Amino acid sequence: MASTGQDDAFVAFEHVQKSYDGVSLVVKDLNLTIGKGEFLTMLGPSGSGKTTCLMMLAGFETATNGEIRLDGRPINQVPPHKRGIGMVFQNYALFPHMTVGENLAFPLEVRGMGKSEREAKIKRALDMVQMYSFINRRPAQLSGGQQQRIALARALVFDPSLVLMDEPLGALDKQLREHMQFEIKHLHENLGITVVYVTHDQGEALTMSDRVAVFNDGRIQQLAPPADLYERPDNSFVAQFIGENNKLPGVVEELSGDKALVRLATGELIDATPVNIREKGQKTLVSIRPERVEFKPEMMPAGIHTIDAEVVEIIYMGDILRVVLKVAGSSDFVMKMRNTLGQTRLAQGQKIKVGWHPQDARALDPM
Amino acid sequence: MSEAATTAMLTTADGRPLKEALATAQARARRKAFLLVLPLLLFVLLTFLIPIGYMLKRSVEHDGFSASAPELDAWFAANPGFDYANPPEAAYAALVKDLARMQVEKSTGIAGTRINYTVPGSISLFKGGARAAKDLVPPYKEALLAVDAAWGEPRLWRGMESASSKYTTEFYKVASDRKLTDDGWAQGGDKERIYLYLFFKTFLVSGIITVICLLLAFPIAHLLAVLPMSKSSLLMIMVLLPFWTSLLVRTTSWIALLQEQGILNNLLVWMGIISDDSRLPMMYNMTGTIVAMTHVLLPFMVLPLYSVMRVIPPSYARAARSLGATSWTTFRRVYLPQTLPGIAAGSLLVFILAVGYYITPALVGGADGQLISNLISFHMSKSNWSLAAALAAMLLAAILLLYWLYDRLIGIDRLKLG
Repeated sequence: MASTGQDDAFVAFEHVQKSYDGVSLVVKDLNLTIGKGEFLTMLGPSGSGKTTCLMMLAGFETATNGEIRLDGRPINQVPPHKRGIGMVFQNYALFPHMTVGENLAFPLEVRGMGKSEREAKIKRALDMVQMYSFINRRPAQLSGGQQQRIALARALVFDPSLVLMDEPLGALDKQLREHMQFEIKHLHENLGITVVYVTHDQGEALTMSDRVAVFNDGRIQQLAPPADLYERPDNSFVAQFIGENNKLPGVVEELSGDKALVRLATGELIDATPVNIREKGQKTLVSIRPERVEFKPEMMPAGIHTIDAEVVEIIYMGDILRVVLKVAGSSDFVMKMRNTLGQTRLAQGQKIKVGWHPQDARALDPM
Repeated sequence: MSEAATTAMLTTADGRPLKEALATAQARARRKAFLLVLPLLLFVLLTFLIPIGYMLKRSVEHDGFSASAPELDAWFAANPGFDYANPPEAAYAALVKDLARMQVEKSTGIAGTRINYTVPGSISLFKGGARAAKDLVPPYKEALLAVDAAWGEPRLWRGMESASSKYTTEFYKVASDRKLTDDGWAQGGDKERIYLYLFFKTFLVSGIITVICLLLAFPIAHLLAVLPMSKSSLLMIMVLLPFWTSLLVRTTSWIALLQEQGILNNLLVWMGIISDDSRLPMMYNMTGTIVAMTHVLLPFMVLPLYSVMRVIPPSYARAARSLGATSWTTFRRVYLPQTLPGIAAGSLLVFILAVGYYITPALVGGADGQLISNLISFHMSKSNWSLAAALAAMLLAAILLLYWLYDRLIGIDRLKLG
């Protein structure tokens, strides 16, 4: 596992701020360290500042304030071509007037590398992505997935220790995207390079990364390994952004250590784990993952509060059944059931009681 | 092979050959499409192809002499290869008859002008001959030579023989600086090479203007392509402003700026850079022509360049930079090659427009800054249509040749005009 300590930080952002117009900040006080060999993903909705951070690291945008260090060296004043960072762009940015081979030779030629050494490196990079037979093609003659591989090979051919990827799989179809996710992950593991990956696709972020930084409104909302991010979101934004979520607004009725009792607007009481709750009487938003909602009493821990629900709709999705329930007066509560042989079949209009493990219900800040 | 055979024999469900069925099915749509383009087709035919065809015809056809000299036409037809230095009495007899007829029909001027193209001085010769013709008595040879000894010149007889046919290539010969001498057509002396020299000068000046336009337009087009929309529209208006201003106004402003008592010279004198008696001649010469034409033609370079640059994503330059290229290498190896279609289109457009430019050199060119179009116009104003047509046809041929070369070297499908 990659180390994330301050001392051996490979990339470090320190109090970095960025403003384009001098009126508003796109990036607000960013502090982030990335360890050598780590795969870090910057995840967030568009306009959250994640791409700006990547561009500042690549050198295409200058930080308005703060310092960016690469391998201990401040790089704020270093022009992009001297940073030695490989980059994969959203639209691949393969030079259309050059063949695949010439595209890969480009970074080696500008470094003044000899012909034989160049050819060996190009072959190695193209073999890495299984594209050596395409060396004489032009980018326009390649499919999206093939162009993606070439872009990847070009970013790696000059052996950079840091590779940035700006939504590299955004233009591919779902199946190809999933396939490429694994390939990029394997390349990362085999080469031991550091990868900073920007995406707005949470699935991509969860499958590939060592750590994910969730961006919103110019700040990192949470920086954690994927499992933590999904199961233990720090705030309502992260809970909403990562995966599907049921939210129940209410007021904290009782607070004792790692347990809280929340009274919903409709009067019911539910159990929850307090996350950023400081005192009794505070407003909160309880978030529960659909797959952690139970309706069979034997599956629920003893002594918890249950809540009345009415089945509004059952959507058949193959591997799972999505049950939309009316809970606490609103009809957008979702429960996911595994579609197994012995699964209880519910009917529309059926009245049931639902509950959950208190750990799975996280009482967060009200949005 | 077998697969190709079955493909060829494909038929529709009711047994008709597939190709035939497809053609019938699409015929209606094609007719409709044709009707839509028909108005433009007619317009182009009437206003473009027919005049050009007429001009090309005029360059090889002139009946000014052949129509007014039937006797001589018949004699030349019956006696091919006669002795030009000493034509027989019968030839003179036919000539005198024709001259007398010209005097009656008042066609002396037209016939004389036709011969004058190849044999200078013929107009007055014909007028004198025609006036005297009805009083002449045989032997006509001695009689006519007594009127003017020039009637015995071999090159005159060569010229008349050639002009007795309606169709001729003589105008092309004249337009390529050849001269009719007593011994036939010959290359003119160095001082007489006006047309070919002017062609050469026109192409050279057009080339210079194209290069200057490219150098000036490239940064502007780039700026237009990268600036935010609000600013680039303002800049675009400034680029297009020359288009919206009258050609005369633009040209006159250049005169006001550049003439010897003009603003620029006054400024230089006032600043003490040049003295009052060594003012720079920048107007009514080649400099004036080049400056004014560059200004007029600049938008034709900016627009194709802009249209190409606008669609080059900035990520290419960023990719090149991230791969370790300096900004100069990025420009040279990544940006510039991608703008080539725009450079080619703009250069072709500016060059072809410059080669045919007329008004600007006429207004600001003076004696030194005239181009081939001005000479064509000069011959037209002198009613020398056939020579003007021959020069224009040669210009057209040169441009078509350039176009062909361009297609071979760069490929016309890579042309991008906007």
